[in-house]
Amino acid sequence: MVIKDLLYRLADDCLIIAHRHSEWTGFGPLLEEDIAFSSIAQDKLGHANALYKILHEQLGEPNPDTIAFNRSEQDFKCCQFVELPNASYDFSLVRHFLFDVSELFRWQMLQESNYEPLAKLAVKIHGEVKYHVYHAQTWIVQLGAQGNEESHSRMQTALNTAWPYALGIFEHGADEGALITDGVFAGEDALRSAWHGFLVERCAAANLTIPTDATPMLGGRKGYHTEYLKPLLDEMNEVFRIDPAAEW
Amino acid sequence: MATILSLDPRVTRLHISADPDLNAEPKPELDQFQTYEVFHQAKSGGHHMHVGCVHAPNPEMAIVLAKETYGRRGQTINMWVVDTASILTMRGEDSDVFETTPEKVYRDVGAYMVRNKVEEYKKRKKQEANDSSKTGTK
Repeated sequence: MVIKDLLYRLADDCLIIAHRHSEWTGFGPLLEEDIAFSSIAQDKLGHANALYKILHEQLGEPNPDTIAFNRSEQDFKCCQFVELPNASYDFSLVRHFLFDVSELFRWQMLQESNYEPLAKLAVKIHGEVKYHVYHAQTWIVQLGAQGNEESHSRMQTALNTAWPYALGIFEHGADEGALITDGVFAGEDALRSAWHGFLVERCAAANLTIPTDATPMLGGRKGYHTEYLKPLLDEMNEVFRIDPAAEW
Repeated sequence: MATILSLDPRVTRLHISADPDLNAEPKPELDQFQTYEVFHQAKSGGHHMHVGCVHAPNPEMAIVLAKETYGRRGQTINMWVVDTASILTMRGEDSDVFETTPEKVYRDVGAYMVRNKVEEYKKRKKQEANDSSKTGTK
């Protein structure tokens, strides 16, 4: 079913990036930024949970905990971009920026979805996603255009590294055509073009150059992942696996 | 009057006079961003209440960070941030200017007996309304 595939793609992106963002908790560059970034991670986890709930309650999939903690790596439909390790804060910020701009437009488009649970969720989380972009772009402009030579060059390097993976966000799902003709979602290509238009303008304001010759890193939507997803899942599932039937 | 660079000890260190016996070296100044005071508005039309400060290099960053630091729980509809150094304050030793003699009852609302006048006015208006309805004027 094409809606299931779409929901898994969206939810897995949110779950995995939430985990990566949360790895900064306690290590953020400023106390206030530590709080803000951790809070954004919690929002992402909330979005994943809401999507897994739709899968469970409307579409007969297992409960959200089981979906999140008890699937193997190849069952995950997240893009490879969200799996990459944090390395340094510049990369995490740039990833947060590129990913959340795509989330902003994706959820705007989904407000028009004729799949009602998704359209309702899109309206509900609109404010959170808007803040995520506001937070990200303020940092990017700050470090890209208003910082110093080092901050600018670190932003540019991170953007160059992130870009091919960011393009992987828009890898088509199982049946892209059906989603569009059924009116569920206007499609990854439309999303990518809205995303790109916004980034051209924002990156100019941040004095950053968008790479032009990047090859998209694909495969995640089909279950092919980087070497980094498995260890992430092992860590995330560690407590759950001790007793999968435990009541929390 | 005085301005304060910041109330945050990460920016403005408390002045503690060194014990001469310890022969202590003063610590270098901290390399920190300046602070912005954060004012939080919970309800439309409500006052912006001071809730604390954030460290930031400029007002734009300050408000982005203030949103999660002070607005992530409970209801918030707006926030203000103000550069701490823009705030003018009284010196501690000048707090005696707020001391005031208690005899000036004419400053207090309670010293004015207006209720009887208000009641009298209401009564008169009511009477006038009754009278005009009796005479049938429309």
